[in-house]
Amino acid sequence: MFDLDSATLSRMLTALTLGYHAIFATLGVGIPVMISIAEFIGIKKKDPHYTLLARRWTRGFTITVAVGVVTGTAIGLQLSLLWPSFMQLAGKVIALPLFMETFAFFFEAIFLGIYLYTWDRFKKPIYHWLLSIPVVIGSTLSAFFITSVNGFLNTPQGFELEGDTVTSIQPLAAMFNPATPTKVLHVVSTSYLTAAAVLATIAAIYLLKKKNTLYHMKALKLTVVSVFIFAIATAIAGDLSAKFLAEEQPEKLAAGEWHFETEEGADLVVFGTLNENQEVENAIRIPNGLSFLAHGDFNAEVTGLDQIPEDEQPPLWIHYMFDLMVSIGFFTLGVSLLYLVFWKVKKWNEYHPLLLWGIASLGPLSMAAVEFGWVFAELGRQPWILRGFMTVSEGATTSPYVGWMLILFIGLYTVLSIGCLIALRKIFKGNPAEHELEHRYPEVAATKEGN
Amino acid sequence: MSYELLGITVLWVFLYGYLIVASIDFGAGFFAYFAKITKNDHIINKLISRYLSPVWEVTNVFFVFFFVGLIGFFPDMAYYFGQSLLIPGSIAIVLLAIRGSFYAFENYGSKENHLYMFLYGATGLLIPAALSTALTISEGGFIRETENGVQLMYGELFTNPFSWSVVFLAIVSVLYISSMFLTFYANRAGDQPALNLVRKYALFWSSPTIIASLTTFIALSQQNPDHFQRAIDLWWVFGISVAFFMAAVFLIYQGKYYGWAFIAVMLQFFVAFFAYGASHLPYLLYPHVTLSGGVTSEAMAIALVTVFIAGLFLLIPSLVMLMRMFLFDADYVKGKK
Repeated sequence: MFDLDSATLSRMLTALTLGYHAIFATLGVGIPVMISIAEFIGIKKKDPHYTLLARRWTRGFTITVAVGVVTGTAIGLQLSLLWPSFMQLAGKVIALPLFMETFAFFFEAIFLGIYLYTWDRFKKPIYHWLLSIPVVIGSTLSAFFITSVNGFLNTPQGFELEGDTVTSIQPLAAMFNPATPTKVLHVVSTSYLTAAAVLATIAAIYLLKKKNTLYHMKALKLTVVSVFIFAIATAIAGDLSAKFLAEEQPEKLAAGEWHFETEEGADLVVFGTLNENQEVENAIRIPNGLSFLAHGDFNAEVTGLDQIPEDEQPPLWIHYMFDLMVSIGFFTLGVSLLYLVFWKVKKWNEYHPLLLWGIASLGPLSMAAVEFGWVFAELGRQPWILRGFMTVSEGATTSPYVGWMLILFIGLYTVLSIGCLIALRKIFKGNPAEHELEHRYPEVAATKEGN
Repeated sequence: MSYELLGITVLWVFLYGYLIVASIDFGAGFFAYFAKITKNDHIINKLISRYLSPVWEVTNVFFVFFFVGLIGFFPDMAYYFGQSLLIPGSIAIVLLAIRGSFYAFENYGSKENHLYMFLYGATGLLIPAALSTALTISEGGFIRETENGVQLMYGELFTNPFSWSVVFLAIVSVLYISSMFLTFYANRAGDQPALNLVRKYALFWSSPTIIASLTTFIALSQQNPDHFQRAIDLWWVFGISVAFFMAAVFLIYQGKYYGWAFIAVMLQFFVAFFAYGASHLPYLLYPHVTLSGGVTSEAMAIALVTVFIAGLFLLIPSLVMLMRMFLFDADYVKGKK
């Protein structure tokens, strides 16, 4: 039934789990920040709209965080189940951040549990807000630790390999490998961005459905302003990531940019296709653009694929992933900027349906961009699982049952998705924000009618 | 104390922690379902969900902590366990995932859904069964090293009396620990009808625990005579465990000092679990991985131990805070908050 070898099937199952987990992990890192901001504004401005926003986001978050936790457990175990030889080697060198990630996660889980069940248990609301801080710190630290492990796969250091024996192990050097700073920055900023974008999508959809209440307008303002700020941070992080690649992992950048010949003043290839002779067609070429992107200098030399042995080159189709990711990033920045302009210019209507449609698209698009980015990052490391030391096929399990496990997990993620959607529907469908506002804050609901 | 001994002790403490908190959770699932089919659900289900809702994630982290730490301290275990446990490990992940997520999904919905309650009850028994496989194969005789890597011998695993006795012990212990805890918690909540019911469960599941322990010992003597001998050398430690067991059952039977009774249960398992662990050494996975042979480098061990100690300073106050809010806050327990 399965003609593929264990290594290929292991890759498919890992890609499935990581691709699925990435959705919930991204939300898990980003949404606590948005909740914390909303609750804080609500307390400072004494504005129950924002407090209610925080409450309702939290309620939805309990669902997505649960899926994030269980799929995170899944990938944690699958690393050993599917890549035992790799974990035997890597575990000796990179176990430290993996271990610390558990602590960060433990910390987050404890405070999230407390935060969720203590909304009305404090006399001063600010005490409840303080509980959100360890949740934010814990989830962002989790992202930091786990991303440093991924960085290690790309630029391993902090050990020496003599035959099969690992020696001279320096756990901190492995953790703070050259890929860690830019990768962490990129992962954290995009998580914040994507979470804000998903919440902006929700607000925009309500406004498009003519639920023009103050609550949703405030939600839109808060989320789109956040999107704009995080989109700028993401652009900076992305630029730094490209410069990192040029220095430390040139084959990934070269394959992603279809840069075949090492040269000075290299053009940036945007979009385009490859013909059967591996020549670029239909592309927009930005003169000297790649040199500038890679080194901040229009005439710098950029390493091309000609410097990379043929059997160590990543697949060329990751170019599409890169372009999609970057295009969505700029689109997100553009739409959120447009909203800010429409909001500041009094004559223009920031609730114009076209603009709202644009904002509504940001959530799904940003999430897609996160996935494209991860595909680019992981495929761009091929054929290596641990760059320069171990290939993917050397690291994989030899168990003959991986195919069946792939089917099992497809089933699991289908069930989880259905359950997640049903649960979110159940929470919000019969309980619109307006009702809850009247129920919890009758005085605010009354003044709103007056407006 | 050498690093490897320190490392395995820390991990064992966490596995013990998981054993207790997860047993409470898993057993509660079974009792919730059992109460539903015996039409007693109105008595105890509220009690169960009040305790469990805030803590399931913390329970899960104990488990993650154990296996991540195991790989960190003993990377060879990642190879042997990873290679051989693909199927039982994957099944355990799926069951844990369904249980954990549906916990959250149903939190805002009703507890009336029959399929959900069934899954909740069934996974509570199947997860310990699947996870106990790891302890079973660590005794040796279930995996072989071939040219094609390490493989688990499924035929051997499914026909072996030892592996079944471990499964039996795991399930019975879960029900015993859980009902003992719920008895304490019901008393704390001042919920007399619930107390009467769960106290009956606790007394019912007490003697099977001891029977299952003895059966497992006998089966172990066949499966791994060396380990059995080392366990016999520690007979007095297991004796202490039995004494705690008798104290716990006596207190529950007398119907007083439920808090002390549960502490006795925890000590019963603590003592037995550490005696079992100590007699398991020097092998982690017989005969492939030993404590000193499988341990990671000194640099990594020092780093992990340092992080662990720093982490405890962070976690213990947080855990105490969590417990004070949900476990020992009388108003919360009684459902007034």
